[in-house]
Amino acid sequence: MDQQERTEDRSALIIGILPVLMSSVLFLWFLGFVPQIAEGLVIRSEFGWVPSLGISFSFVLDGLSLTFALLISGIGSLVFLYSNTYLSRHAHFSRFVMFLFAFMLSMLGLVLADNLILLFIFWELTTITSYLLIGFGHETANGRRSALQALFVTGAGALAMLAGFILLGLTIGSFELSEILDQSDKIQSSGAYELILLLILAGTFTKSAQFPFHFWLPNAMAAPTPVSSFLHSATMVKAGVYLMARLHPGFAGTELWLWTLTIFGAVTAVLASILAIRQTDLKLALAYTTLMALGTLTLFLGQESGYAMTAFATFLIVHSLYKASLFLVVGCIDHTTGTRDADVLGGLGRYMPITTVAAALAAMSMAGFPPFLGFIGKELKYAGALGVASEPVLVAGAVLAANALMFTVAGIVAFRPFWQNRKASLPRSPREAPWQMVIGPLILAVLGTAFGLYPDVLERSLVAPTVASLLGSIEDTKKLTLWAGVNLPLILSLLTVITGLLLYWQHQFLRAQLSDILAQLPSFDRGWDHFLGALKLVAFWQTRLIQPGLLHHYLFATFATVWAGLTLAILYGGIDFRFPNMAKISLQGAAVILLVVGGAAVTTVTTSRITAMAALGVVGIGVAMIFIVFSAPDVAITQLLVETLVVVLVAVALLRLPRLDVERSRSRIYDAALAVGVGTLVSFIVLAVVSQPFDRRVTDYFETVSWPEAFGRNIVNVILVDFRALDTFGEVVVVAVAALSAYALLRVTAQSKQKR
Amino acid sequence: MEALLALAIGFLVGTSVYLMLSRNVLRFIFGLVLISNAANLIIFVGGRLIVGAPPLIVEGALAPAGIVANALPQALVLTAIVIGFGLFAFALVLMFRTYSTLGTLFSDQMRVAEPRENFET
Repeated sequence: MDQQERTEDRSALIIGILPVLMSSVLFLWFLGFVPQIAEGLVIRSEFGWVPSLGISFSFVLDGLSLTFALLISGIGSLVFLYSNTYLSRHAHFSRFVMFLFAFMLSMLGLVLADNLILLFIFWELTTITSYLLIGFGHETANGRRSALQALFVTGAGALAMLAGFILLGLTIGSFELSEILDQSDKIQSSGAYELILLLILAGTFTKSAQFPFHFWLPNAMAAPTPVSSFLHSATMVKAGVYLMARLHPGFAGTELWLWTLTIFGAVTAVLASILAIRQTDLKLALAYTTLMALGTLTLFLGQESGYAMTAFATFLIVHSLYKASLFLVVGCIDHTTGTRDADVLGGLGRYMPITTVAAALAAMSMAGFPPFLGFIGKELKYAGALGVASEPVLVAGAVLAANALMFTVAGIVAFRPFWQNRKASLPRSPREAPWQMVIGPLILAVLGTAFGLYPDVLERSLVAPTVASLLGSIEDTKKLTLWAGVNLPLILSLLTVITGLLLYWQHQFLRAQLSDILAQLPSFDRGWDHFLGALKLVAFWQTRLIQPGLLHHYLFATFATVWAGLTLAILYGGIDFRFPNMAKISLQGAAVILLVVGGAAVTTVTTSRITAMAALGVVGIGVAMIFIVFSAPDVAITQLLVETLVVVLVAVALLRLPRLDVERSRSRIYDAALAVGVGTLVSFIVLAVVSQPFDRRVTDYFETVSWPEAFGRNIVNVILVDFRALDTFGEVVVVAVAALSAYALLRVTAQSKQKR
Repeated sequence: MEALLALAIGFLVGTSVYLMLSRNVLRFIFGLVLISNAANLIIFVGGRLIVGAPPLIVEGALAPAGIVANALPQALVLTAIVIGFGLFAFALVLMFRTYSTLGTLFSDQMRVAEPRENFET
């Protein structure tokens, strides 16, 4: 190993270890708040940012945000440890670590922010960092497409959400969530309530991949497995759920809130669990069960009962623990065997004992067996669903279907690969994954078991404070217990297990059937491609319309806009126009003006280059004569000089240019009409200007100070070289730049000619 | 007198707009020269016209005796003429260079930056 490789190895080690340490420290720091928060304390800190707009760096730590912060930093540190082995050989490992760490910090900011605008900023930071993470494998077209899809869908939702936030802030008069949420009466009675709610839900539904925006989440599995286990189990997709939970005290209780969340949550949950069965890729199957979990959480947030909220808080934690664990397990399988196809894998139990244990513990929690935390979560879900006053059968039915299907998926993901006999040969012979990769899933799975055995600990430390954040008091929290007696939830649980077992037994048959049915139905993912294609066509059409690449179009549009703008300004601005007195016209002046007009007319109509040049000269001389007649000798001298140069230059150029064409195009009629319009308008404006009384104050100032202060008798010259000297300097610079550019252009011409 | 000049300016602007809308860039340049002149005249006439009294201070006096022509627009126009010339010279060379490279003076055929094939599906 040479020197360079060794330094690279060492720096990779530091890059890998540092985020593990930092996130562990964060986790421990947040853990230190648990006793205070459990007592019902809410910690808030604020730093000014843009006080005039009500935007501040304000953070709040209560039961809800602490639960999220612990999940984020805790799972984060395990995932960082895991990635050290999983991706250590990757060329862009340090880039990956930086993206992931940036993501974790934005996520923490999101769940801690108290200011709506601050929350939005962190929200978008998670969107951007997750875009980078999903697109980490940007060499593949699929990786790029998936990343862009996630960015577009969640970004569009976030924009709607920002509009909702601003409306909410303006309605209440504050952007601080802690102030807004106290005024639920004012929010719900304001006329903008429906609009605000729907705009914000657009953001949370896209972020949490609720139907009909669910399609991006399975595609996001293009990301490396540590990313999926972090972003798509406990963090990014839960951001939408977090926000809905955060807003719950202020927004819940209306029919709109109840039905939107219940219906979309239920549809997402059932649809996702059906789709999950269909997958043979273990990671995709897990992705769909994540969708199912998000749907269930949304469904519970629609309600207001203590059972529903306790179910929400418990299931939030249960799901994060087992889902992150299972994703990491699938990563281990993929890493060591080189495949994650459910049809190929089998018999891994002998080779990967520790992974098997972790998978079994997590899967049993997911399937809802006692004494795992998942069982308690499931019992609470049933209790919560049955407590839905209006439609208990519908909600409980949806939850039952989703849970039974989840039982089946747990079997597919965590039972078959380890215990079933292998049918096909694996790409690599299986062996246990390194300890850095095994420890993460193991810790998470063991935690799920431990909390199941000692539910009191979890209830007091996190669940009750979370419920308090949602409902205002700890009192409404329901008991987390393994044995609640023989009751309806228990019977439903038994039903779930039986249905789940039946489905598992028949799942390969079901999968085939489902594939046939789903192939007939329209796919949202394909719809997305059509949508993007249509968007591109519109952009193309629009570009072709306003940017046809023709100078004539651009100029015509410019002059027409000038004309229309000035006309409108005159019509609506009111202009004081008096028809001028034509009596004071001197013969001398009239003759000079006739010269100018004649020259311009000839330039326009002639088809001879020489005539045009001569006519241009006539106009120039005529203008110079106007300057002479009206007491501007210096200007006249300059004009004459410049006019001579213009004629010389044009003459030199014309010798090498072709003759002028005869214009017969019919569209010149429109050009002529526009020219007449603009010309008339200019005449009108100049007339209006000169019919106004004249204010000579500035001129008077120059006249009186010209000699006493600047010692010059020619006032024009004094203005140029003294009072407005900087202007004159600028003028010199312009001419110099023009000369240099012209020289450069001509030199290139000469060179290219030489080459030929 | 201002009124007549105002009409002449309008005529100048009209002819230059017509010339600048031409597909032939040489005519565009003619239009550019004319519109510069028109702009200068607008500034000049805006300061009002006075015959036979240039803005000069007689030897020994502290300020001009009686009413003289407005010095401020004259100074502005003087600057504008020179800058207008710079613009004209550059535009002329650019056109010349374009012609020697592309072999045409018609702007519709100058499609290097925005090629026609981009506009046909």
